[in-house]
Parts: sequence; C-alpha cells; structure tokens
Amino acid sequence: MSVRKLNSPMGEAEARSLKAGELVSLSGELLTARDEAHLRILELVRSGRELPFRLEGAAVYHCGPIMRRDGEWKVVAAGPTTSARLDRLAPELIRRCRPRLIIGKGGMSTQTLEAMQEVGCAYLAFPGGAAVLAAEALPEVLEVHWEDLGMPEAVWHLRVENLGPLVVAMDSHGRSLFKEVEDAVRKRSILL
Amino acid sequence: MKRYVTRPRINSPRVNPDGKMYPSSLIEETVVRLLRDSECRLPPDVHAALRRALDRETEEMPRSQLMLVLSNVDRAKELSVPMCQDTGLPVFFLRGRCDGRILESIRKGVARATEEIPLRPNTVDPVSRENLGSNLGEGMPPMHLEPADQDHLDLAVLPKGAGSENWSALRMLNPSEGMEGVRRFVIECVVNAGSRPCPPTVVGVGIGGTADMACALAKKALLRRLGSRSGDTVLAELESRLLSEINSLGLGPMGLGGSTTCLDVLMEKAHCHTASLPVAVSLNCWAARRAFARIYPDGRVRFSQGGFD
Repeated sequence: MSVRKLNSPMGEAEARSLKAGELVSLSGELLTARDEAHLRILELVRSGRELPFRLEGAAVYHCGPIMRRDGEWKVVAAGPTTSARLDRLAPELIRRCRPRLIIGKGGMSTQTLEAMQEVGCAYLAFPGGAAVLAAEALPEVLEVHWEDLGMPEAVWHLRVENLGPLVVAMDSHGRSLFKEVEDAVRKRSILL
Repeated sequence: MKRYVTRPRINSPRVNPDGKMYPSSLIEETVVRLLRDSECRLPPDVHAALRRALDRETEEMPRSQLMLVLSNVDRAKELSVPMCQDTGLPVFFLRGRCDGRILESIRKGVARATEEIPLRPNTVDPVSRENLGSNLGEGMPPMHLEPADQDHLDLAVLPKGAGSENWSALRMLNPSEGMEGVRRFVIECVVNAGSRPCPPTVVGVGIGGTADMACALAKKALLRRLGSRSGDTVLAELESRLLSEINSLGLGPMGLGGSTTCLDVLMEKAHCHTASLPVAVSLNCWAARRAFARIYPDGRVRFSQGGFD
C-alpha cells in the first residue's frame, strides 16, 4: 500500500479527504497534549481566554515524551499514549479548537468520532511504544508551553518530519477501524 | 537459555566498613543497570515471540504494526534509549535477606536512573498530581519482598507502563465458578481492554490468596519466561488454552485486527479461603520489559533478562 504524504497544519478539505484504512506520513508541525493540557486548554477557552498556541488546523499528538536538555531540548522517546483516556475531554476540545488531525494509539469513542465528523478531523494511529522511531521523526523543539505541568503533561510544539507510516484509523465520515475490530472481537468472545 | 554477564565489584570494598553484605553503592549501581537493560532492550524471549508473530500474520495491517514495533526495538537497543516513552513505574521484586539500607539504595538507584538513562518522571501524588521529577514518592517505587535464607540477593525489576496497568482487574469469584469462571474472567478482561494496553500483550493471572495477594501474583507471573508453564497441571493447560482462545479473537497488534492479540498467558496461584476464589489479571504491553540481577556476598553480580532458575 502506498503512503500518502501529509503536511500540518492543514485545511478542512484535506482532513475530510482522508479515509479510514489509508497509510500516511506526516511532516510540518504538531503539538503534544494529554490529560492535564486538555484540562487547561478547556479551562482557558471556556472562559474566553486565549491559548499560547494555535490549535485550529493543527495536529494534536497524544504523547508525553521523554525530553533531554543539552543546551536545547531534544526528544528522546515520544510514542503515543492511550487516546481513550482523553475521550472525556476531546469532543469539546475538537468542537471549540478545531484541530484537523489527532495522532494517538488505541482509538477513541463514538462521541469523539462524532465531533471529528462535525468539525472535519481525522485520527491517525501510530503503534504504542514505538517511541524511538517517533522521536527520530521529531527533530526540533519549536517551543514548550506549560512546563509547570511536568515533562509528560506539558505542551511540546515540535517540528515533524515524515512521521509514519500512520494509519488513518478514524475518519471524518464516521468510520473507525478500532470500532469495527472491537465489535467483531466482542461477537467472537461470546462464542468462547 | 541463560544470558548473563559476570562482572567485577563496582566501586565497593570486599567487606563493607559496617561489616554488612551488599554495599549500598553496589545495590544502587545494580539498580541503574537493571533499569537500563530492561528499558532499552527487550528480553530475548519476548523479541522472539514478536518475530514469530510477524511470521504468522498474513494481512498488511498487523504486519505493518509489528514491523514498526520490531524496528523500534532495534533502534532503542542501538541507541541505548528507552524503547517506549512510558518507562513505567519500576516494580521491584527482592528475594533474600533485605533491610532498610538495601531499600534505600534501590530508591537512590531509581532517582539516578531517572536522570541518567533518562526515564520519564512518571510518579505523581495521587491527590495533587504533583510530580517530584525523580520517580520517587510515598510508597514508590513498589517493592515486593520475599525473605529467604540464602547468601545471595535476587533483585528483579518489571517496569510497568500505565497503558497496560490501567486495565488491571480483580474479581472475587464464587468458588463454584471454578476454573471455568477464571477462564471467562480472563477473556472478559482482554476484550474490555481492547486496543488500549498495546497488544500483543502478556497476560498475567493471579489465582487464590487474598484479594491483595491475587493482584501481586498476577504481577509476579509477568516475570516468567514466555512459553514456560505453571507447575500446576490444570493451570498449565488453562494457560495454553487461553493463549489460543485469546488469539482467536482477532483483536491483533494495536487492536487493528490480526491473529496475534497475546504473546502468552502466565498464571500463579496461592491457597485461599475455602469460601473464596480471587482472580486478578495484570496485562503487560508488547514491551514486556524485565531484568534480573543476582548479587553475591563477594560483590559479584550476574545479570539476566530471562531470570534465574
């Protein structure tokens, strides 16, 4: 299967053109965000305050990296974290902030999928734990926000170069590969 | 197959000034090495199991996931960096004669390894979520002690990431449900966890004891070599049966479909109350990390990632 090259930030039309099952690789920029960052982002946007970074059109990476500071910050290991943990917060974040790509592992809920469908956003899966390969595709730290949240929870604004292959696992047309597999697994498990 | 190296004493006098065995600096050094080995190199049996999984899978999706996982493992080893950014909580198992000084040396080793390897500082206060940055804190790191009258000290570490740990489960079964109840519960846990614990997983199961013991046994099972079987013939059979049943579910690597959902099922048991049948499940992600050290009184240390018999 051929690997389609993507650049982020990206526009709505391109995000909507992504179809579940496609393989892609990503270049451009991304922002890491996990539990604490999601909470703070929502706290700020709910009260009408501005974020110190731009989420519209952005790629949000569910990742808490290991970073090392040798003069400047370097990414040591940066695989995806379990996206499902963010299902409580993601639908509102997607609707309010309009990111175009979410990168993570394990997939997200039907509620999150609905928000992605509404806004025009796709979910790209990278294997959990493939942290060294991911780090090699993240050659530069552009900025770090909210370091007070601790290394894994801070928002790392990173340059990304050919991260992939990533699987388009949830698309803006309501399809989720994870959901399809999970439904089949539940059916089979009843027979065991 | 045993893989280990013998190496000389590290910065330690043959007899400690206070006359005690296992000088603090030796323990600390051993802990740093154990963490480096376990975080940066996959145990050979786990690596081989992933290779076999790749050979077995025919579809492109599971193959692509396993190929990324395997090349990531290779890069981590080459660069001597952690294979996964979730370097986990380092869960320690000690057997031998231990005292507070040894435990303190382990804590020092963890803080040093966090800085030197580096590990991600994962340990936070559960209430305030404050992160001290050292992977230390109240009750941390977790240590399971087994006093034994032996001259050497056995030290094992199982770095446990949250992706898999968050799917741990305990159920107090009715004894009449028997091993069929255990089998059903294990399958239910794997199905509920789905893609989230980073399959293919290793499934640790603790049966019997008290509630807390069952959880500890499930964790301890994860130290066993893949392919090894329980000494209890009924459990040994159940391990093999569950392995093939779980792999027939079709969840596959990373939950994207395929015939490898689990690398092995390992069970440990303890006797329990006649009115109880506790069963606990502890899943490990494909990065089933572990390392062992055996420290001798003369300062020699043997290292292994497969364990000692």
